[in-house]
Amino acid sequence: MSASTVADADVSTRGRARRSLRLPTGRRAELATALVFILPALIGFTTFYLVPTLRGIYYSLTEYNLLGSPTWVGMDNYVKLVHDPLFWNALKVTIWYVVLNITFQTTIAVLLAVLMQRLTRSTALRGALLIPWLISNVIAAMLWFWLLDYQIGLVNQFLDWVGIHRIAFFGDEVWAIPTIAFVNVWRHMGYTALLVFAGLQTIPNYVYEAASLDGASEVTAFRRITLPLLRPVLAMVLVITVTGSFQVFDTVAVTTRGGPVNVTRVIQYYIYQKAFGEGQFGYGSAIAVVLFIILAILATLQLRLLRAGDSDLA
Amino acid sequence: MTTTVSDARPNDAGGAHDADAQAKARADARSRARRRRFTPGRIAAWIVMIAFLALTIFPFLWMLRTAFSTTRALPTDPSSLLPVDFTWGAFKRVLGLASFDEAVAEGGSGAAVNFWLYLRNSFVYSTAVTLGQVFFCSMAAYAFARLRWPGRNLVFGIFLGALLVPPIFTSLPNFILIKNLGLLNTLPGMILPTLLMTPFAVFFLRQFFLGINREIEEAARIDGAGQWRTFFRIILPMSVAPVTTLGILTFIATWNDYFWPLIVGNTENTRVLTVALGVFRSQTPAGSPDWAGLMAATLVAAAPMLLLFFSFARRIIDSIGYSGSK
Repeated sequence: MSASTVADADVSTRGRARRSLRLPTGRRAELATALVFILPALIGFTTFYLVPTLRGIYYSLTEYNLLGSPTWVGMDNYVKLVHDPLFWNALKVTIWYVVLNITFQTTIAVLLAVLMQRLTRSTALRGALLIPWLISNVIAAMLWFWLLDYQIGLVNQFLDWVGIHRIAFFGDEVWAIPTIAFVNVWRHMGYTALLVFAGLQTIPNYVYEAASLDGASEVTAFRRITLPLLRPVLAMVLVITVTGSFQVFDTVAVTTRGGPVNVTRVIQYYIYQKAFGEGQFGYGSAIAVVLFIILAILATLQLRLLRAGDSDLA
Repeated sequence: MTTTVSDARPNDAGGAHDADAQAKARADARSRARRRRFTPGRIAAWIVMIAFLALTIFPFLWMLRTAFSTTRALPTDPSSLLPVDFTWGAFKRVLGLASFDEAVAEGGSGAAVNFWLYLRNSFVYSTAVTLGQVFFCSMAAYAFARLRWPGRNLVFGIFLGALLVPPIFTSLPNFILIKNLGLLNTLPGMILPTLLMTPFAVFFLRQFFLGINREIEEAARIDGAGQWRTFFRIILPMSVAPVTTLGILTFIATWNDYFWPLIVGNTENTRVLTVALGVFRSQTPAGSPDWAGLMAATLVAAAPMLLLFFSFARRIIDSIGYSGSK
């Protein structure tokens, strides 16, 4: 992408040089036009992204319950946060969720993508795998809430039939987070597989042909060729899915609502409860700042560890 | 919003690489023919694939089966593949066509469900956001891709930086802003924050506009067309495909949005379908939820997305991962 940007800049500089010989319009005239073109987006960006980001940081240093105006309290919210066991619990629960979600989602997505590439190019099949992604988190959560119901859910009927004890998937302290992770893996696996599949298309076929001439098995080819060459794409996919999965909310909000006993009170749900349930906007903002910092650090680490920028193909 | 950078890929893989693609297709065909023997490995691979397909599709069939059942009869035959005591009752309840007594008799809560209102709200919310965002972002993308002005790359860089800010972080201040503007629990308050831009939409469209041939634009300008005419008469019509794709992706994402409509629009008059479903679920008595009604409601709420998908399946799939093989 960066390459194409540079190339474009070159071309357009030359283009402009030629044009300015023919036409009297200069940079200044284009600036005026450009301003008109970006004005709506600029207003939207300033009002709903830039200023809120700064205000979010400011609110985190205040006590604010929406009545009256924010009261400056300095680092108090952060001190409180360090001593808040529920915050640490939320962090722990969220990380456990992210680990489960990302591990299974990424493994299944890579598996599905490789299978798609090796078996069929059918658009219908890819479309079918994408269907769960089209319905909302809320619907996916409801659907599994029903399928996994303790009394008459299909899965527990099946467990009964096999002879295993029924499981209270959403109601059990041990099972609740894995169950929520499963629902979201189910919803996103096809989508993630398509992202990985797109990455697989960038690996030239001759590499595989050379490997098979050298007598490499499918497994060796996968480990020695596919995985290393897929690294830049995997890095992007991971950054996106990890960032998204740290902000899990919808599934929790419509099924367990943080319970049983805090085991599913993930960070975003905790922020939601503090801010909208208890009117502690300052404290809620402080937790959001911490989440923001965690995500920024993770994204940087992932990109660096996976050396996302450079491809082994070069 | 989980749509991603690689959504922008159709552009690079377009016309310029046709020859490459053809050569690749031929090579693929050859190696496919070689691979198409029925080895145990291939059979195992198909079994795994079919298992995942079943896992994906089956829950939807179960949804359908439950929606046509009578809630009160469900426990009598919980593993039957066909609807238990077939009825249209659940759909009637959801669409507000059943009387209180009918609803209660079949296991519903009898609470009024204003489905048509929620459907309308979802449509207004998603349509307004999609139209505004796509229009204003294509204008901005044009300025970033085709106009030369001082500070262009800097401003674009700052726009892109917003991609890194998690939505929860800006939604608290945005909530306070919407509240101070007096727009809490109104549709405009829900629509406003994403009406004018999202960083992703600007980025996505800019990638496409960069690929449009400059000669065409210059020809138009020599013929005396100004920037506005060039944009509306040439750039936009030439970019119908990517603009539509972005529109569809935005519409789906907005339709499925839950958090923002929940915090700024959770009153009867402004509730969208996702929020209403959450309420519907919590209204059902804890002991015996109205499963048939719940499944009918989710089906009806998902139907517009599924219809949209079946009409534009290939476009949506290609936008997520361009396969390079048609």
